[in-house]
Amino acid sequence: MNPWTSRWTPKGTVYGTLLNFRREWDLWSARMTQDPHKAAPQAPVLYVKTANTFCPAGQDLLLQDGVSEVDIGATLGLVIGEQAQVVGAVLLNDWSVPHTSYYRPPVKFRCRDGFLGLPAQVTSGQVQDWATLQMDVRRNGERVQSVDLRGLMRSLPTLLADVGEFMTLQPGDVLMVGSDCLADGTRPRAKADDRVEISAPGFASVITTVRGAA
Amino acid sequence: MKHARIAWSGAIQQAVEADGQLRITQGPHKGRCVAFDEVVWLPPLAPTAQARTVIALGLNYADHAKELAFKAPEEPLAFMKGEASLIGHKAFTRRPADVKYMHYECELAVVIGRTARHVKKADAYDHIAGYTVANDYAIRDYLENWYRPNLRVKNRDTCTPIGPWLVDAADIPNPMALKLQTTVNGQVTQSGSTADMIFDVPTLIEYFSSFMTLNPGDLILTGTPDGIVNVEPGDVIVTEIEGVGALTNTIVAA
Repeated sequence: MNPWTSRWTPKGTVYGTLLNFRREWDLWSARMTQDPHKAAPQAPVLYVKTANTFCPAGQDLLLQDGVSEVDIGATLGLVIGEQAQVVGAVLLNDWSVPHTSYYRPPVKFRCRDGFLGLPAQVTSGQVQDWATLQMDVRRNGERVQSVDLRGLMRSLPTLLADVGEFMTLQPGDVLMVGSDCLADGTRPRAKADDRVEISAPGFASVITTVRGAA
Repeated sequence: MKHARIAWSGAIQQAVEADGQLRITQGPHKGRCVAFDEVVWLPPLAPTAQARTVIALGLNYADHAKELAFKAPEEPLAFMKGEASLIGHKAFTRRPADVKYMHYECELAVVIGRTARHVKKADAYDHIAGYTVANDYAIRDYLENWYRPNLRVKNRDTCTPIGPWLVDAADIPNPMALKLQTTVNGQVTQSGSTADMIFDVPTLIEYFSSFMTLNPGDLILTGTPDGIVNVEPGDVIVTEIEGVGALTNTIVAA
C-alpha cells in the first residue's frame, strides 16, 4: 500500500471535549459548584490537540520529558467537511498526562508530541450512524474499558450545534466527542512497553505501542 | 523587511512594504506596487501543511494580572486556539448582541521560523522568523472556570485579528523593549511595553519546546498589558506595536 495514502492525519484543527460522559459528569457534579469552578459548565468545554500530537498509525508513543504514565482516552473524532457537515469519523486515542484539575487549560497535559493516536483511515458516514457506537479498549490484549456513546451528555448533533454557536468548524477539522472514565473516575493508564488497542465495529483500530525514553 | 499576504487582482499575493505601498514579490504581477487601500489584507502567514499551532498566553503582564485580580502565575498560563479564528488587518469582528463585556488585547505575536524542541533560552531567537501584532479579543460574559479561559471566550470566529505585517526578526533587534498601544476611535486606552512581560519570549520558547515541538509558522501570542475596555459595534480598534505595525479592526453587530 502507498504509505502516503495509508497513514491518515487530520488536515485541520483537532478539538477535544471535556466532561461529555454522564459517568464522569455525575462523579464531578458535587464539586462543580465549589472553588475554583463555582458553577457547572454551561457551554461545551473544549481543548485543542495541536499538530505535534498527531501520531500516525504504526508509530509508537514515546514517553519523554519526565512523563512515565499516560491516561488512555478512547474517543470518536467527527471529521468535518464543507458547511461544517460531518463526512466521516475516526477512532482516536486522546492521550493525556493524568490530571485531576480541570481549572486551567491542559496544554502541558494534552499537547505533548505524539499524544493523539490516529487510525490508518477514516470511516465515511453521518452522525446518526454512530449514536449507539461501542468501543473497546485493550491493553496488552486484555479489555480494560468499554465505551458506549449512549452515555454521552451532549449527543453528537447537540454537541455539534453547541460548538457551532461560537465557532465554525472548518473542512478537515476533527471534533472529538469526549472520553469516558472508569467507575472510580480515573482512566485506564499505560506505561512503557504496553500495547494499547482501541476498536469498534466498522472502524479502523488505533493500535499504539508505548515506549519509554532510552 | 515587512511582509504581507493580500488578496488583489483576483488572487492571493505576497508583498512587501515599499515606500508606503505594497510591492508584489511573486507571480505574474511581481514588481507591481499597489496602495494599501486597494487590497484585502489577510493574516501575514504562509499556509502550513498541518494545522498551525496557535499558543496564547494569559496573565503575562504583571499589571494585567493585577487588573484581573489574580496573582502572577508561577509558570506560563497558556491556551491553544484554532487557526480559523484568525482574520487580517482592516477586517470586521462580530460582537454578539446579548453580551456586556467584550474587550481587545494587543499582543506581540511571535512566528516560529525553525523547528524548536528542547531549545534553551540562549538559542531561542534563532528559531523566530519574525513578529506581528495580534488582537486576541475576549468576551468575558462567556467565561467559565473550566479549562479557563475557555474556547467560547477565546476561540470565536473573527475574534483574532492579526497583521498587517510579518516583520523579519532581524529588523526587531530587541523584541523585549517595544511600546504597545491600543486606541478605540482614536483615544488611547491601553499602553505598555513588552519589557513588562512576566515570561519573556526566550523563556516562552524554552518552556513550550521543553514538552512539545514548535514548527515553522506556529504562533505564540504573548499576552497583553492592562488597559482593556469594553468595545461596541462601530468602534474602530487599532492595536499597535512599535516597529511591528498598527492593526486596525472594526466591531460589527452579530
